[in-house]
Amino acid sequence: MNIHEYQGKQIMRDFGVAVPNGHVAYNVDEAVEAAEKLGTDVTVVKAQIHAGGRGNAGGVKIAKSLDDVRTYAEELLGKTLVTHQTGSEGKEVKRLLIEEGCDIKNEYYVGLVLDRNTSRVTMMASEEGGTEIEQVAEETPEKIFKEVIDPVVGLTPFQARRLAFNINIPKESLSKAVKFMLGLYDVFMKKDCSIAEINPLVTTGEGEVLALDSKLNFDDNALFRQKDIADLRDLDEEDPKEIEASKYDLSYIALDGNIGCMVNGAGLAMATMDTIKHYGGEPANFLDVGGGASKEKVTGAFKLILSDENVNGIFVNIFGGIMKCDVIAEGIVAASKEVGLELPLVVRLEGTNVKEGKRILDESGLNITAADSMADGAQKIVEFVK
Amino acid sequence: MSVYVDKNTKVIVQGITGSTALFHAKQMLEYGTQIVGGVTPGKGGTEVEGISVYNTVEEAVKATGANASVIYVPAPFAADAIMEATDAELDLAICITEHIPVLDMVKVKRYMEGKKTRLVGPNCPGVITPDECKIGIMPGYIHKKGHVGVVSRSGTLTYEAVHQLSEAGLGQSTAVGIGGDPVNGTDFIDVLKAFEEDEDTEAVIMIGEIGGTAEEEAAEWVKANMNKPVVGFIGGRTAPPGKRMGHAGAIVSGGKGTADEKIRVMNECGIEVAETPSVMGETLINVLKSSDLYDKCKTH
Repeated sequence: MNIHEYQGKQIMRDFGVAVPNGHVAYNVDEAVEAAEKLGTDVTVVKAQIHAGGRGNAGGVKIAKSLDDVRTYAEELLGKTLVTHQTGSEGKEVKRLLIEEGCDIKNEYYVGLVLDRNTSRVTMMASEEGGTEIEQVAEETPEKIFKEVIDPVVGLTPFQARRLAFNINIPKESLSKAVKFMLGLYDVFMKKDCSIAEINPLVTTGEGEVLALDSKLNFDDNALFRQKDIADLRDLDEEDPKEIEASKYDLSYIALDGNIGCMVNGAGLAMATMDTIKHYGGEPANFLDVGGGASKEKVTGAFKLILSDENVNGIFVNIFGGIMKCDVIAEGIVAASKEVGLELPLVVRLEGTNVKEGKRILDESGLNITAADSMADGAQKIVEFVK
Repeated sequence: MSVYVDKNTKVIVQGITGSTALFHAKQMLEYGTQIVGGVTPGKGGTEVEGISVYNTVEEAVKATGANASVIYVPAPFAADAIMEATDAELDLAICITEHIPVLDMVKVKRYMEGKKTRLVGPNCPGVITPDECKIGIMPGYIHKKGHVGVVSRSGTLTYEAVHQLSEAGLGQSTAVGIGGDPVNGTDFIDVLKAFEEDEDTEAVIMIGEIGGTAEEEAAEWVKANMNKPVVGFIGGRTAPPGKRMGHAGAIVSGGKGTADEKIRVMNECGIEVAETPSVMGETLINVLKSSDLYDKCKTH
């Protein structure tokens, strides 16, 4: 799960990790009020959307007066920002972060991620702040330093010091940088982050060490114990169909094509998309109904596919293990009867309770084309939607 | 011979009183797996489907002599269940549960270091040695005994591969689902090593997907160490970058973990990769024929 920059900074502030003072604003008056409250000579007006690259897209403005703040807030609120992470349709700005300006001396990068090779959390740091870390990794990998963290003791002060020395943090800011890194690790572990990226981390003229930006992502699987994080979810940032899918606890990703897919298992769902493409079709979605899905969940999934206007045909591909074919069949029949199915439907069933599932579909009276295999089903549905 | 499980494996089911666990415990029993007990804290002393239930893994192991456990415990408590199985010094713990917080697994991996227990999963279909022992959630009837090893990050794609093999008359030695999470107990290389050493296995199908670099490392290992032929498939060629495709570990991020890169490295290391999942079986048959192993692997 993603959250906004201002929300991430508030969490860090709560953990004693240094961030500039700032307030969120939903409208122009609130923005001006926030700037007044800060009372600094320079104020930064930052568009809040769930995407990086906001600065280059014109989403970050430096205001030298309250009038400036008003002008920029008017300009940014309601504007659609297109960055390299939003896609061409961009994202509408609905919230601003009004933040005190600071006297930046140097910019750095500090990030925490899970390293899959070691199964440990790893802190990465670089003196190439402000540049995307992937680009630094590509062009100057020797400038990225890593510390693999033992979960028993956590990030140790010597590791943080080593990172700080390696990225040439000035001596007068060293202890503050160490404190920052230890605090960030604390946030990561206690809030179940999947990514914590500070780019740039800055040192100021006064020797402070501050997070100028923050990107915190969270492990969806841990939200059951992070209720305060779950409450930060911003539905404006999500695809409406993905929101609908999350109500049924379905794993769904909207795509551009016209063939709706309902599959069990993430691997098979990906492979089904690949196979449809292989035969010249375009999948409209990735949809994994998951393991022990109920009839209601399957019905919800099927209705979700049918609600997509781009869908001209549906391919159901099930290989039941934990998922039972009869439950899938019941869900398909219930949903089709409820919403009235007019599109071509190809169903491939295999696995647990397959005979029962096929019987339910046969007896339903619905116009269903049976497929013997994934390839057979993919070819049939591609042919139907041509 | 086989890998990890055989007819002598004695299994307990952790979380046995849950509905999913119970359904699959019955299926495993029907398949012929020695299910010798179950564990649900607070339900010790009772019985379900003729299986004795114990309060702790330790107690269950003492009473039954079990050497393996299958875990269906809900995600918030699953990490603890894995550690309990490890503490009881079981040879094998297979965790079916999905959606375990990843930082829980980071701690579990650390806890298991230097200990005896092998973890398979989490978020996996389990392990099956056909006609001997089925531990997990895979549909038993699609499997046939034979000489092809299967290892996969995806449950349903494992079934797909096994089904194609069985239809083509190629039985399996053992099929191992290593799971779709970014932190798991057993990885591709562990299983490939076991298949290389297993005298019943003549060839291997390895099924990967986008995210991470486990397939690339496995391919390098195959090139350097493996004499038996390996063919592969990688799911997610058409997955959009930056999106988590159902499995917690299936994500292309920062241009890393793409299907094309994995396929490139696998090909470079001499692993033939099936273009679509429907031809996994066919791809293996071609390789078996060209290495004169087809007749040996044709079991029915």
